[in-house]
Amino acid sequence: MAINKVITADEAVAGVQDGMTLAIGGFLGTGTPECIIDALVRKGVKHLTVIANDGGFAEGQPAFGAGKTSRGIGKLLDAHMIDHVVMSHVGVNPRLNEQFADGSLTYTLVPQGTLAEKLRAGAFGLGGVLTPTGLGTPMETEKDELGRDKITIEIDGKRFLLERPLRADSAFLRASVADRFGNFMSAKATKNFNYPMAGCADHTIIATEKLVEIGELDPDYFDIAGVLVESVVEGEPVWQI
Amino acid sequence: MADIKERIAKRVAKEFKDGDVVNLGIGIPTLVPKFIPDDVVVTVHSENGFAGLDTTVTELDKINVDIIDSGGAWVNVVPRVKYFDSATSFGIIRGGHLDATVLGAMQVAENGDLANWIVPGKKVAGMGGAMDLVVGAKKVIIAMTHTQKGNHKILEKCTLPLTGEKVVNLIITEMGVMEVRPEGLVVTELHPDYTKEDIQAATGCKLIFADDLKVMEEE
Repeated sequence: MAINKVITADEAVAGVQDGMTLAIGGFLGTGTPECIIDALVRKGVKHLTVIANDGGFAEGQPAFGAGKTSRGIGKLLDAHMIDHVVMSHVGVNPRLNEQFADGSLTYTLVPQGTLAEKLRAGAFGLGGVLTPTGLGTPMETEKDELGRDKITIEIDGKRFLLERPLRADSAFLRASVADRFGNFMSAKATKNFNYPMAGCADHTIIATEKLVEIGELDPDYFDIAGVLVESVVEGEPVWQI
Repeated sequence: MADIKERIAKRVAKEFKDGDVVNLGIGIPTLVPKFIPDDVVVTVHSENGFAGLDTTVTELDKINVDIIDSGGAWVNVVPRVKYFDSATSFGIIRGGHLDATVLGAMQVAENGDLANWIVPGKKVAGMGGAMDLVVGAKKVIIAMTHTQKGNHKILEKCTLPLTGEKVVNLIITEMGVMEVRPEGLVVTELHPDYTKEDIQAATGCKLIFADDLKVMEEE
């Protein structure tokens, strides 16, 4: 009975093959599971599609001279492991535009709120979501991440865009505290995409800063149910500045 | 230039009422909080995951690495802060729970169309949360310089790809304050440094001057 879901970071990425689609939590590196990213780089898979808010940071970013190394998805970009990104923002990490320019990377832009809802729909069995976001913009006229035309629907006189669900082969998320069953909480502003991505993939794997025993904490402490999580990696570091 | 940006930010600050919940874009909008009077309490929403943004952290040892704003800077928060995930954050935005959003713009049309996220052929940044903010916030305020290197930014029709259709309510520049109304773009305040002719010449669409046109005051 798998109530101890704890594995190592290398085991967490063992199933990742060239060409797979990964959903990765975080916002500008905050809330991205670094120990799993490092394991992906060690494994050296290629031609990935990455669904995330943004491309993290390159070495030398951001303020306070704190970016001694690349951060989050920035490490995957440095290693040229990604062929396509589905993101809301690609302007911060300069590696993204460099790789767009040399033709090694392509992108699909999705408004941030729509991205969260597409993932949530993918996790929770919805056929899509209806949103007014993007009407009258290229989001209405350009194709989606899988090359499909957008559909607009009028309901009671109001127009909406139908945004289809988004799923991945694996979702790699960051928790601040988790138990061995995978119940977890991401502290403060690290919740971001870690919560809506829980369950959006065949395998949802979290890396946690702190691991506790089952029953050690009041269940109300956790926000996300371990039933959405296949595996837990212990020892996610606190970001050092 | 700094003076012009502060002038715009000061005027934007007057739009906020006590108790408002607002989201501020990057650039001039981030200057606005320091001009909000002490008796007006505003809750600042940061779309990456909380409501209750305060100031940027300036001392390295005061940083909590789990708290950044939507520009990636480490920030302080107010005691009433609440953190949430991105789905909830954008539910708050789209659901009409923000009283206002303040954004910059590349182009605004007289009907309220907004373009502020992409210039074809240039470096790609992405829309981030802008498309959600402009359809969701009760009031969309554009805070920007009136022209860009002499080129008109306020136009009959935007030529750049849109961020949103008919979404802008108010435009505040160093030259004046303009409201998007059914009859067109109405100048409600004019800065004393400029004449009606000056602001019209700097604008790419026909301006209507309000019957009760006021002076855009800085204090």
